[in-house]
Amino acid sequence: MLNGIALGFEDYDSGARRYRLQSPRYPFLSAKVLQERDVCVQVAVGNYDLGICGSDWIEELQAGYPASTLVRLLGLNYGEGSLYLVASCHSGISGVGDLVSRQGSWRIVSEYSNLTQALTSNLRLRSFRIFPVWGAAGAYLPEDADLAVLWARNEKEVESQGLFPLMELFPVQAFLIANRDQLENKDVSPILGCFGPSTISRPRTVVPGKPSVAARPAASLSQGQEKGVKLALPDGHQKAPTSQFLERAGLKIEGYSGKTSERRLSADLEWLSIKVIRPQDMPLHVANGNFDLAVTGRDWLLEHLYRFPSSPVIELLDLGFGKVKIVAALAQETSVADIADLRALVQAGKFSPLRVASEYVNIADKYLRDNHISSYRLIPTWGASEAFLPEDADLLIDNTQTGKTLAEHNLRVIDVLLRSSACLIGNEHSISSPDKRGKIESVVAMLRRGLE
Amino acid sequence: MENQKCKGMRDLLPDDMLRFRHIEDLFRDCCRKCDYQEVRTPTLEYLHLFTAVGTLTPSMLGKVYSFLDWDGWSGERVVLRPDSTIPVARLYVENLSEHEQAKLFYVSNSFVFEGTGRKNRERWQCGAEFIGGVKLAADAETISLAVEVVNRLGLSDVRLQLSHAGLVKALIRELNLGAGEEAEVIGRILDGDWEALSEAKSTRAELDRFLSPLLNLRGKSGSFLRNVRALSPTASASFKSSLDDFIGIATLLDDLDCDYEIDITAIRSFEYYTGVCFRLLSDGETIGGGGRYDDLIPLMSGKSTPACGFALYIDPIIRLLSYKGEDRSRVLIVGERPVPETVKVCFTLAKSLRDADCVAEVDFQRREPSGYRWVVSVSGEDVPSFAVTDLERKEQQNVSSPAAVLSIVSG
Repeated sequence: MLNGIALGFEDYDSGARRYRLQSPRYPFLSAKVLQERDVCVQVAVGNYDLGICGSDWIEELQAGYPASTLVRLLGLNYGEGSLYLVASCHSGISGVGDLVSRQGSWRIVSEYSNLTQALTSNLRLRSFRIFPVWGAAGAYLPEDADLAVLWARNEKEVESQGLFPLMELFPVQAFLIANRDQLENKDVSPILGCFGPSTISRPRTVVPGKPSVAARPAASLSQGQEKGVKLALPDGHQKAPTSQFLERAGLKIEGYSGKTSERRLSADLEWLSIKVIRPQDMPLHVANGNFDLAVTGRDWLLEHLYRFPSSPVIELLDLGFGKVKIVAALAQETSVADIADLRALVQAGKFSPLRVASEYVNIADKYLRDNHISSYRLIPTWGASEAFLPEDADLLIDNTQTGKTLAEHNLRVIDVLLRSSACLIGNEHSISSPDKRGKIESVVAMLRRGLE
Repeated sequence: MENQKCKGMRDLLPDDMLRFRHIEDLFRDCCRKCDYQEVRTPTLEYLHLFTAVGTLTPSMLGKVYSFLDWDGWSGERVVLRPDSTIPVARLYVENLSEHEQAKLFYVSNSFVFEGTGRKNRERWQCGAEFIGGVKLAADAETISLAVEVVNRLGLSDVRLQLSHAGLVKALIRELNLGAGEEAEVIGRILDGDWEALSEAKSTRAELDRFLSPLLNLRGKSGSFLRNVRALSPTASASFKSSLDDFIGIATLLDDLDCDYEIDITAIRSFEYYTGVCFRLLSDGETIGGGGRYDDLIPLMSGKSTPACGFALYIDPIIRLLSYKGEDRSRVLIVGERPVPETVKVCFTLAKSLRDADCVAEVDFQRREPSGYRWVVSVSGEDVPSFAVTDLERKEQQNVSSPAAVLSIVSG
């Protein structure tokens, strides 16, 4: 689309990993490539005058912060799919009306936690709990959640996951967004002018949600799940090393090593059921008993424990792979040697406040508190955090394996917060329960063999 | 000095607190005399307490301060209480439900977000709830109690407005709108937009006969409601029974010589209320309100328990009140030098003055004695002498004993 309106950037295509772009046509225009979710936040915060992102993340930001300074300028004529409220086909829920009339507490899982919160208000749900996740929301139904708010290409795609769309919230479309204050005061007209009539379209009207499919008969869920042990394994980057480790340990799991996106797997132990989800989400779900065991990074375990110190999740075994360090880094140009230097500069008022970007919001928060950094603002990010320095943040707290990426972005490490590796975590209550204790111990023993 | 106070929050300075405590003292006194007992609920409650009773609209829920507690990994959210009546109802259900009747009062803060930061996000109320009790009598007692407190505070241009939640709900049903449209009208009214009622006039022309006077006129006695009754022979049974209930209370208040104005729009959040509602204003500003809410406790406990109550909003009342505090002799004791003997004499003198209900302060810094009625200069180490100055009458006396000082100051 951008190339079509002569606003093309060199190297802005799906392969490149360059974050900073220059426009060949408009020398005064600089652009940065960020995660879609971060685009909204950065424009709202005023670090950027304009941005392009999907309406789902715009709605998510505005649902949480109705007074935000984000303005939707133009619907760009592309974007697919919609956000849906879905239930499992096994749940016996046939429509939105069931949600209000049935007693009990609804467990709702979603990447869009603000939108979900607003939805529960609008639907007048009486008792509910919202679990924020980084992805794979649909995988949690029906065992670990009753409802999900997720993106899907269309209703067929929802149904193909064994889910049942209760409501289409709105269609997702790309938008050009702007920061309100900048729009009111700064002249960005040359860029706006590029978006001529051929790209402007009326935003697709948001249809008030209505049950989209007829009722399905409830199917019973297989029993015997209660005494079994539920294990969560990571998707994404960690999948390959985890899969190799499990093979070495002698745990045969069908379908985990390949390229399949199957989320429910089985092993050669009939009492072990396996789900593949995002590692960031595992501690929260282990704490809630949705899983008894999980393989995730110690960084995500600590991120959870710093926020919920009395949570019943513990580390059972260090699995020895996936080693990373969580570090604090600054741009090379600053003359800061260590955290004490930084503290002195903050106290002297050099940063007001110190802007800290991190995916690990709670680890970062604790680190800054423990080091008595008096004035800081945490900017949560959803990936590629190194792109934020130096323009949009002053300090980065991120994981690094070799340090190469940080060096490539001209960043200097001033402190190592902790060392993380993949580990097996477990729910304390599961571990001490008579039904599960023996089985869990055998899993631990098996994985310990993988270390040798 | 850079403003470090959190946006939307308010410091209460000495003059504000003087008035706050005056309002509170008066309110507590009136409540205790009507045999109400004080309670206090915690600042943090579970969010589901408020979502479960279904009484907060989506736009209200969007302004509640909710968050995950330190042990909130289950996703259970807690809130800074946005309302005081629901927690008191919970307190009753959990602790006092074996009592058929409970008359409880409280002084507490509640929290509601407001975007501009110009209004208080923390609001103080003094409220009373009459749980159980007999209709009509309990409503009248509640309204009278609220009016009495306001009158004793000496606020000016006090107005009492009455409405009836059951009547408003029945009125909306009379319009015979489709489910979606009816929900929209209710939503708009709950958010304060009463235009929705006049806009949604249905096709039934005879509705206008009683809808119009109710919306446009301000009756001043039960007679007005009796007139509306006569104009609505074709209205539904629930409309008529709500109207009769309203007439009963209005008549009772007429007999008690209570002045009021019937204004059907004088209620907020009628999802909560089921019967008569009222609002109090002073100098045009809303300073309190309440009503009957028979459905709330059954929703929490399942047991049918009627209840009514009200709250007075302390923050606007502080602004409207002209109260200067009590008249007490303020004495400044000035010691010549801060040596132990003189300090001891000064402190002992201060104590005996305080025991005699004076305000006494000891000073060694030679400050300006502004705001004090008396200044007592203490000098001499072995044998102290006291120079007592009356700043009002501009007289001075020299005495040699603390007892003599006391007798001059206490007059």
